[in-house]
Amino acid sequence: MRETSAAILTLDGLGVRLPAGADRPQALSAVSLSMAANEILCVVGESGSGKSIMANAIMRLLPDGVSIDAGRVMFEGRDLAKAGADEMRRVRGAGIAMIFQEPMTALNPLRTIGDQIGEMFSIHTGLSRAAIRARVLALLEDVRIPDPGAAARAYPHELSGGQRQRAMIAMALALDPRVLIADEPTTALDVTTQAQILTLIRDLQKRKKTAVLFITHDFGVVAEIADRVAVMQQGSIVEHGEAAAVLNHPQHPYTRQLVAAVPPLTTPPPRELSDDIILTIDNVSKTFRSGGFLGRGARVTPAVKNVSLKLPRGATLGIVGESGSGKSTLARCIVRLIDPDNGSIMLESKDWTKMTREDVRRETRHIQMVFQDPFSSLNPRRKAAELVAQGPIVHGTPPAKAIADAKELFALVGLDPSASDRFPHEFSGGQRQRIGLARALALHPEVLVADEAVSALDVSVQAQVLQLLAGLRQRLGLSIVFITHDLRVAAQICDLVAVMKDGEVVEHGPAGDVFGHPQHSYTKALLGSIPGGEFARKREAALLV
Amino acid sequence: MDAIKRYFRSPAAVTGLVLLLIVVAMAISAGWLYPREPLALAGRPLIWPFSNPRFPLGTDNSGRDIAAQIFHGARISLLIGGVATAIAIAIGVLIGAFAGFYGGWIDNMLMRITEAFQTLPNFVLLLVLVAVFGSTLTTVTIAVGVVSWPAPARLTRAEFLSLRNREFVQAGRTLGMRDLQLILGEILPNALPPVIVYASVVMAVAILLESALAFLRLSDPNVASWGNLIGLGRDVLRVQWYVSAIPGIAILVTVLAVSLVGQGLNDALNPRLKGR
Amino acid sequence: MRILRLAGRRLATSIPTLILILIGIFLLLQFAPGDTVDAMMAQMGGGDAATARELRRFYGLDLSVPAQLSQYLWRLIRLDLGFSSIYGKPVASVLLERLPPTILLMTASLSFAFFFGLVFGVIAARGVNKWPDTVISVAGLIFYATPSFWFGLMAIVVFSIYLQWLPAGGFEDIGAVQTGIWRTFDIARHLVLPTLTLGLIFLAIYLRIMRASMLEVLNLDYVRTARAKGLDETRVVTRHVLRNALLPMVTLIGLQAGTMLGGSVVVESVFSLPGLGRLAYESVVQRDLNTLLGIVFVSALLVILVNFVVDLIYARLDPRIVAGG
Repeated sequence: MRETSAAILTLDGLGVRLPAGADRPQALSAVSLSMAANEILCVVGESGSGKSIMANAIMRLLPDGVSIDAGRVMFEGRDLAKAGADEMRRVRGAGIAMIFQEPMTALNPLRTIGDQIGEMFSIHTGLSRAAIRARVLALLEDVRIPDPGAAARAYPHELSGGQRQRAMIAMALALDPRVLIADEPTTALDVTTQAQILTLIRDLQKRKKTAVLFITHDFGVVAEIADRVAVMQQGSIVEHGEAAAVLNHPQHPYTRQLVAAVPPLTTPPPRELSDDIILTIDNVSKTFRSGGFLGRGARVTPAVKNVSLKLPRGATLGIVGESGSGKSTLARCIVRLIDPDNGSIMLESKDWTKMTREDVRRETRHIQMVFQDPFSSLNPRRKAAELVAQGPIVHGTPPAKAIADAKELFALVGLDPSASDRFPHEFSGGQRQRIGLARALALHPEVLVADEAVSALDVSVQAQVLQLLAGLRQRLGLSIVFITHDLRVAAQICDLVAVMKDGEVVEHGPAGDVFGHPQHSYTKALLGSIPGGEFARKREAALLV
Repeated sequence: MDAIKRYFRSPAAVTGLVLLLIVVAMAISAGWLYPREPLALAGRPLIWPFSNPRFPLGTDNSGRDIAAQIFHGARISLLIGGVATAIAIAIGVLIGAFAGFYGGWIDNMLMRITEAFQTLPNFVLLLVLVAVFGSTLTTVTIAVGVVSWPAPARLTRAEFLSLRNREFVQAGRTLGMRDLQLILGEILPNALPPVIVYASVVMAVAILLESALAFLRLSDPNVASWGNLIGLGRDVLRVQWYVSAIPGIAILVTVLAVSLVGQGLNDALNPRLKGR
Repeated sequence: MRILRLAGRRLATSIPTLILILIGIFLLLQFAPGDTVDAMMAQMGGGDAATARELRRFYGLDLSVPAQLSQYLWRLIRLDLGFSSIYGKPVASVLLERLPPTILLMTASLSFAFFFGLVFGVIAARGVNKWPDTVISVAGLIFYATPSFWFGLMAIVVFSIYLQWLPAGGFEDIGAVQTGIWRTFDIARHLVLPTLTLGLIFLAIYLRIMRASMLEVLNLDYVRTARAKGLDETRVVTRHVLRNALLPMVTLIGLQAGTMLGGSVVVESVFSLPGLGRLAYESVVQRDLNTLLGIVFVSALLVILVNFVVDLIYARLDPRIVAGG
């Protein structure tokens, strides 16, 4: 443990209690760690590990019913856990500042950015209005927001996600706090924006010598910026130490599991692909028109522009892009949830774009979709077996047989068939995605479209579901279109990859080529933005030796 | 179910339920306790309550038993409230479901109609309906129902608008379900709970609307409505104010009970909103 | 300004609604037993069939329904609302006479209900689930369940009959003719009880909405950010919560405008105020269908106007609206 500077913030045996009826009695148990000045400490854990609660506990911003019941939080010689309300108010913002995950909801939509940043000064200092305005502009320049003057006058909804997060960082660092707590600040951002914000935080930290407590679930981020790491599981710290040590020689089994679950960037060796093309997407376009009164002032958004792709039988085609790239729109065009404006989608010599609604309903059994959100993709009022059996029943299978088949499918996707009588809310996120998969497979489709099917899952669960998909592809001879924003996931499972930006395919080809020798500048930028890319590459190189 | 347990944990909800049961009991027992026609003359006019054991709540201007009218009035209020609410919810859900699901010009057209109903003050519309169709119990009940459908329609439409884009509805589409199947089987069971809870608000308003009509002597004069009695009592307000006071308390208690039960149901079914 | 253009657009879409209402009510009134001429004859104390026919031809009531409808709409554009059989005057002038008391009453009730609803809603939300909240919420529930006309009657019993503090009805003292400030004072005295009566139910509604809105906003992320900056509770409420929580309240004014007009029918009847509401009642009882139609027109116009103003205020408060969100 580095003892170079004295600890600035120390948690000593901190315990936080949850209200009765929660899934465990303690949110945090005996958590002890210390942060020195001028270092970035990453706290890593999956959902439910208690990392956010720890951050809120330090700031004493815990929700109702959740409270500190043991331990101390030492900051500048005081125990914050026992500090009074006035004392905490002086510490917040000036001594310890915090930035949050969702910049859109974390800013007041009715007040300008400049107003909200300036509020930091008006609360804690006695500066004049003019002085505050000048400081706000200086801060916005510091965080490299384009056109700081306009940004200060803007409302939150007028800025992009990345710009909002920069504004939040500016606000947090306004009074040069000694500690900055960052609660998953990049999770809700695009990969390229994420990389920029991470760089920004690292640079600011070096310049202002702030101690940063960075909370994340992504070990790639840890590799990118951490000086020290603490790993949390179920409310306790299971391992901590210097970043290099923990990453390269993890001791605790949970840490090892997490590090191993970081998807590698090298693709598996290419497989032999069939010559038979099962799905051809040819020149498909879709433009959205919204608003407008009597045809004027309408907003025109070209979501998909002239996309052409081919999916060989038995292969997995990955479509990769950030939000707004059009990949989800394209996915929905393929299954005819949205009608494309022009182009053709040929599945086994039938043109899907030209079919009537009635025909689509009948033919839909050939191409099925798995959705992203495990919570809203299943009707909460139906039992699991019913959900899987719905498709066949609609197409004429007698209910009893459909339910029996459903139970078999449960076993196929790795779920206990006897659990099929339960309701969705009784399953975990990963299990719900398996149910979604079973539902899609119930109609024995030839093509499966997975729209960000693993994006909402924890890293360890992700790996399992991806394995399941690969296995099913083998057994059932499926052809898969895999939509994702996460390149690392695409690298693992896709044979062919297409990269989309602003509705167009900028690059496509075998996965090995796209990842190993990217041609387009955007693909290169995307690959370069992956947090922990260097670390992953070095690790794989080490493994090959 | 937990929802029932949660309901009973709230003192307000329990009070509401108790009060409502009392009113229902009054309505049911009216036939036994006061078997005679409640609007028949029973005794001397304007006897004070608690002064004559035969008339615990006194008599009104014409000498009719107030207690009898209160008990029989419970029947009328609950009947009108219930039926009118059912009519309003049925129309509202139908219109709201189709408007919310299909969007586009269907939504536009249906919303214009809804807006028309909402722009016109509902009591004025009620007056017009009564002027045109008369004041029998049936017409008044239907009129109150017809005047009350816009709010449930808006609520249903909002629910459908948000639910129709949920992934499980899209999944239903990819499985090949027809529109009607999606509306009835997938969306409606998820959209109904808030609407059902809102029914309590509709019922409360329906009872108040009918009693206001009765007060203005525009409702059915041949039934023992609480509003009728308040209107009668207006003539003797100076001295025998109890003739108006007592039925008003009855209305207050009933509407309060319905509101409390509705709120209790809402809180019980939405436990995330605890602490509100 | 963009706000004006946006609100103007909303206003334009209200015109078809208005026409829809007028056509609908006009057609509905065709089903009424008896028409204006019957009412006039009743007023005149009877007449023979020939007179009835003459009168009908004079008022154009012998034409077909579509012809009558188009004639009515045409006259409406020139703001000719027909003739009132009860008052023997053009409907338009009757309406204009009766408009001021109703407008006064509604403005007073709305202000009363909005202001106190806001204040008590904020108090209740700040002390949620403690005794101020319980008292205020229970009081709100009871006010909501109280029939307005009954409250009016009871208020008359208490304040006019027993305490003799306030007059029992009427708009102003007819006996003593007063001018200037004394007249204002007199009218104000007469309006206290009606305002309270009409405002009570809406007070309960605004209270509940304000409380719920405050509680909802207090749970939002940006309030947590404000606290993380070190703001004290009072300033968190005034600078970050209030304006955001007000938005649903403002919308509610528009939605409740119609209900309030309807409520004024009953309140004006209880307190014998010479306003539009009572006119509506009289038209129904005396079967003056022209006046009734005129009142429908004016009510709808008022509601549309109130909604227009509400749209302007809302757009002013919420910058997201102007962005075309």
